[in-house]
Amino acid sequence: MYTQGLNEPSGRSQAEAVVEDAERLRRFQARIDAEEKIEPKDWMPEAYRQTLIRQISQHAHSEIVGMLPEGNWITRAPTLLRKSILIAKVQDEGGHGAYLYSAAETLGISRAEMIDQLLSGKAKYSSIFNYPTLSWADIGAIGWLVDGAAIMNQIPLCRCSYGPYARAMIRVCKEESFHQRQGYDVMLKLARGTPGQRSMAQDALNRWWWPSLMMFGPSDGASQHTALSVRWKIKRFTNDELRQKFVDFTVPQAQFLGLTMPDRELRWDPAENRHRFGEIDWREFQDVLKGNGPCNRERMAERRAAHEDGRWVREAAIAHAAKHAARAAA
Amino acid sequence: MSENRDWPLYEIFIRARGGLDHKHVGSVHAADARMAMEHARDLYTRRQEGVSVWVVRSVDIVASDPADSDALFEPARDKVYRHPTFYDIPKEVETL
Repeated sequence: MYTQGLNEPSGRSQAEAVVEDAERLRRFQARIDAEEKIEPKDWMPEAYRQTLIRQISQHAHSEIVGMLPEGNWITRAPTLLRKSILIAKVQDEGGHGAYLYSAAETLGISRAEMIDQLLSGKAKYSSIFNYPTLSWADIGAIGWLVDGAAIMNQIPLCRCSYGPYARAMIRVCKEESFHQRQGYDVMLKLARGTPGQRSMAQDALNRWWWPSLMMFGPSDGASQHTALSVRWKIKRFTNDELRQKFVDFTVPQAQFLGLTMPDRELRWDPAENRHRFGEIDWREFQDVLKGNGPCNRERMAERRAAHEDGRWVREAAIAHAAKHAARAAA
Repeated sequence: MSENRDWPLYEIFIRARGGLDHKHVGSVHAADARMAMEHARDLYTRRQEGVSVWVVRSVDIVASDPADSDALFEPARDKVYRHPTFYDIPKEVETL
């Protein structure tokens, strides 16, 4: 159940609390090791709670900001069917944000606090959404690659040790497959189209491939959060493991489209039974993360404007509810 | 407190189809019950996941405390005789 205000301090002395925490920590880890799920009212280490709040809220923010680059193409979709599909997809992204905010709220943070963190720039969101959508083919590339990478990350999260997060992710993953397939379908139509359409598809792939690989985060050596998250079964695979899997899945899909990955070092390694690929430009990754990507400022400005423009609606809804409650009471 | 800036929280229960129980699916914030119903419909039934929705204010739900789990649920553990498999019935006896 998604309820707030849980885990109040017990009022015991500090020394007692520490001894008890060691025992509680042992029992907590034993439950995780036994693949039991942790639920909102269960005791959990503060670091587990904070790690989850950070990860789930960032994930939620990514879904919300992720509506912007695609929303940009709703009015310009090439057919009425494509427009309907794109609206449905963007609506799903908003829904995913809502599922995830709810899951984070069970850990004791309010929705308003999370929105504040996003709008003030304190919270991060996936760097991929700071790249622009320049042509219709970008909508195909996003569905195929960005949602494809997201699925790779999200499927293991369905087994995350925190119950509300795992349940939210099951719901998200069910819907995400539609996103990836509609994207590939857009690419397929372009790849089988005129030479101009084929070059649009290739151009979109060129621009989205590397940022998609960056979505898996820093390489394992540089990742700050991996070890503890793996022990707590928040993460099941490392960033590099998931990235490799994504490359291995996606390369044949590009070949089927007759498109070329923008990586000269990409090759199949039969000895290791996997693809080898070039080094990611980590400077670009860090730069976009710091707020200097092509669209960081535009995305945040748009989110803030949407929040401000909606203020009167939120206030009116509260006034309406209060008026009706007062009338019902009278 | 920023908590107060959020609309109240409602828990959402959905009946997937006739003949099944309503099942908890998640929660939404809404100014009132009617809006909670609209949000629940938009959020949880975009793909025909339900034929009926219940919305309940989260603060109105009284939940058991995990700290009381032993006291609440343990007493049932040693009462295996409540289960039909506890009893050895001779093979010859049928339809029992």
